[in-house]
Parts: sequence; C-alpha cells; structure tokens
Amino acid sequence: MKQNIKFVQGNEACVEGALYAGLDFFAGYPITPSTEIMEHLSERLPIKKGKFIQMEDEIASMCAIIGASLTGKKVMTATSGPGFSLKQEALGYAIMAEIPCVVVNVQRGGPSTGNPTHVSQGDVNQARWGTHGDHAIVAMTASTIQDIFEVTIQAFNIAETYRTPVILLFDEIIGHMREKLILPEPGKIPLVERLRTSVKSGIDYHPYLQREDGRLPMSDFGEQHRYNVTGLFHDMWGFPSTKPKIVHGLLRHLNDKITNYAETKPICMYKEFYLEGAEIILISYGSSARSVLHTVKNRQAAGEKIGFIELQTLWPFPYNIIKKKCANARHVIVVEMNMGQMIRAVKNAVEDPKKVFLINRIDGLLITVSDIRNILRMLQGKGV
Amino acid sequence: MERCRIIFSGSGGQGVITASFILAEAAVIFDNLEAVQSQSYGPEARGGATRSDVIISEEKINFPKVIQPNILISLNQEAYNEFAPIIRPGGILISDSHFVKIKRHIDAIQKSFPMFETVMADIKNPIVFNICMLGVLIELTKVVKKESVIKTLEKNIPKKFIDINKRALFLGIKLAKK
Repeated sequence: MKQNIKFVQGNEACVEGALYAGLDFFAGYPITPSTEIMEHLSERLPIKKGKFIQMEDEIASMCAIIGASLTGKKVMTATSGPGFSLKQEALGYAIMAEIPCVVVNVQRGGPSTGNPTHVSQGDVNQARWGTHGDHAIVAMTASTIQDIFEVTIQAFNIAETYRTPVILLFDEIIGHMREKLILPEPGKIPLVERLRTSVKSGIDYHPYLQREDGRLPMSDFGEQHRYNVTGLFHDMWGFPSTKPKIVHGLLRHLNDKITNYAETKPICMYKEFYLEGAEIILISYGSSARSVLHTVKNRQAAGEKIGFIELQTLWPFPYNIIKKKCANARHVIVVEMNMGQMIRAVKNAVEDPKKVFLINRIDGLLITVSDIRNILRMLQGKGV
Repeated sequence: MERCRIIFSGSGGQGVITASFILAEAAVIFDNLEAVQSQSYGPEARGGATRSDVIISEEKINFPKVIQPNILISLNQEAYNEFAPIIRPGGILISDSHFVKIKRHIDAIQKSFPMFETVMADIKNPIVFNICMLGVLIELTKVVKKESVIKTLEKNIPKKFIDINKRALFLGIKLAKK
C-alpha cells in the first residue's frame, strides 16, 4: 500500500492540509457539518505537540485562536453558519489588529440553525461582509478533496504573508464526501512561516510599522517586547488614535494589502476549462462546481462551445480577470446553491450585466446535472 | 472497467455506510481506481432508511451522487421499497432474504441471499452482516479485488475483530458462488 494515498472526507483533508501547513493551535466548538475537523484534530494535534482546546462556544474559540496567534502560533478554528455568525465580532478584531488566523466554515442551510445536515452556499456574502466596518477579507473554497488540502495550506500561507484572517468556505457535500487524497512529501508545497522582527529585546519595537515591502514583522506576544494590541484605530505603537491621518492611513492599508493582490497569486486562485471560443461560460465554486464540470464535459463532447471558470478564491473577487475572460461570451451563468450571492460580483465584473444568469438550488440537495442542463436548454432556445 | 454506480441502503446500524466506504477505499488505495463515497447524513442515518452512494471508475468522477444505480443493495424492506424503482434497467439488485420480500415487477437482475441467517448460524454475531454482504457484492460484480477488500479490512478494523470479518466476507463470497 502506498502510504501517501488516503481515502478521506473533505473535513479530514482540511485537517491534513492544516497539519501540513504547520498548525500549532486549534480552538473550536463542535457543530455539524464541520465537527469531523475538530474530532480529527483532537487526536492528531497533541501527537505533534500542538494544543487542542474545546472552548465553551464559538466566540471564545475565535478569541482563543487570536490570542494564540499573537504568541507566534499557526492557528485555526472550524465551524458552520450559526457559529460563523458568532465569530464575526472577533473576526473584525483580527482584521483590525492584523492577526494571522484561518477560520473554516463548512456551510449548511440557513438562516439561523437552518438545515444542519444539508448543503448550502448561503454564507458567501457573510464571509465578505459579516463583520462590520470597511474591511477586506480573503475567502477561499474548493470542489475536490485534493483541492481542500491544497487550499487549506494556501490559506495559512496567505494569513501569514498578509497578516490577515483567511476564511475557508467549504460546504456540507464536500466536507462529508470521501475521495482520494494524495499527500505530498513534507516540503514539496512551500510554506510561509511567521515573519518575526529582528529588533532585539530592550530596543523599541513598533508592532504596526510597515517595512518597505509593506509587511509588518511580528514579535511573539509575551516574549521579548511589550506592545499594545487593540481593535481601535491605532498608531505604529499599537496605541489607540483618532487622528484623521492615522485613521485614514490604517483603513487604506487594511484594504490595500489584500485588494491590491486580488488578481495575483497566491491570493487569486481559480481554474478554467474550455474557455477558448466559449459562447456560454459557467462560473461556479465548491461542490456545485462538480455538477457544472460534469455538465460542461458532456456538452463539450457534444460539440457545444461551453466553458467553465471554477472560483477557488471568492474574496477578494478578481473583477478584471472575470471581465476579460467573459468578454466574448454570449451568456455568463453563475451556478450556486443560494438565492444568488456570487452572481452580484460577476454582474459587477462583466461589461453587460444583462447577459449574466443564475442557476441555483436551495432545497438542501446538491444541484444536479439535469438542473443545470434544463436551464441551459432554455437559454439556448431549446426548451426544457 | 465501466463506471459503476452503487447505492447501499438499509437501516441505521446495519453497517451499510461502513461497508460502502470499505469498498470505495479498497478501490482507491489497493486497486488504483477513482472512487467517491457520500451518504445520507442526519437523523435518518441513525435508524430509519440509510443510504450511501459509491461511484467507482477509472476516470476522475465529478458529480458525486448516484441518481440511477446500476448496483443496488437493500438490506431492509423500507430501503428496498424506496430505492428499487430507481435502479437502472438491467442493473443488479442484491437484497437479504430475511429482511426483504422481493417484488417481481422490477426490471433488474434480482439476487436475494440469506446473508443475515448465514452470518447468525455460522458466526452468531450480527455486526459482520454488512461484510458478508460485501463478500456477495464483490463476488457477483468483481468491482474490486477480494485481496484489496481484505487489506482494507485489516487497515480499518480493530485486530480482535479481523477474523470474524474475514470469515463473514468468505461466507458472502460462498453464498454468491452458489
């Protein structure tokens, strides 16, 4: 048996990815359909001398990972819709205080406790705008078990590079489905480690002073330097400030450090299939992307000019890339399992929003190939 | 190998989900095939009709659910009644003669075996009923190698239960050969 091939659920692939990326600390509160992430980490993390804590709730879990990250650890929490709502306030704190962390949301049906055991992609806009204030965020997703593994590693890399929370927005189908996972050798996928300050102990350290390249080296909290961390607008010392120049500068920095890289790697991740000469382009993500790929391959074989863009990074949205790729398509069709969330970004991106249509399913079941095919036939004037 | 779409169905606790992912894991890890497994998740998986979908193929599988199975396994009457109508015409329908009374009007190759009774008579432990079913399935369909299933059992099952699981697998193979 080849040791590096596994047959695992998406949630386990996320665990494998986090451990590969060097996860040191996990705090969480169990919730369907994300519980297997906690369950497996409770066993795996202590073996590699990491720390696992089941907290009293999701708010405490989010706060715990923020604290642990400040001490120099790679951290993660995992939840689903209702827990993700609870984490929003502390998520905003992590954005403001620029604390690297990874937050997994395995989406289920909502609002509220909703449909715990069934699939939905209803938290896409919550991931973007769930916490208050004028912020940028990175949110990523995946449609295969292998991609979950790889995207999870990238989430840690992005969190460390840009000092930001990264949201992994999986869904129930992909979280619970089992499929092949090939584990690469350690070191094969490059990892980004914490950038620590070279300022010596006893010398003034400015926690929020950017280097020339825009990055902010960190100092493990509680070790060499004393400094302040706050959710208020703050100066380079980390102390609260309401000075307009400081407020303006920090807010612009928090947005620019992510949106300026929205269309380049590693933040921007997507896959494309058969785009050359495509008259119809489908755009999808997560488990619904599997149904789309199945449909597109079938129709390609039948000679139709139909292409597919699978988004892996949902936020920041790559507006210019989508605009360019969809410029010559007659129809752009967004396939998602909600009432139309990502479609808003797509409509904003393309030249003519009137050519953008939605194919969706919201009853807790995975959107099927025939769901997609029927709407495609209507658009092609063939009738269902 | 032709793409094979299987629905395992029965009642919660019969081990249909375990059997399904042992088969899929054997296909992926030991037979070098592609497989996806997904299951009904929620209250229905804990008592009531349980369902697990497995697709095995030589190529990458995109859509992970089974709409029309070409192999259906039903271990109780409720599951049989619910899923028999969706089997692909000419498919193989495996059921247990103790739990399922088969209907004649279904367009499928219906195979009913006394799996439960054989396990109870020979091993006297119902927990390996599902593995006996797996033995029947691999003997009838050859979808994965027998040796691969044995290796997967050894990998997943606590040592002290390996023997009765292997015995159950061979009981199933023997039943199907008859």
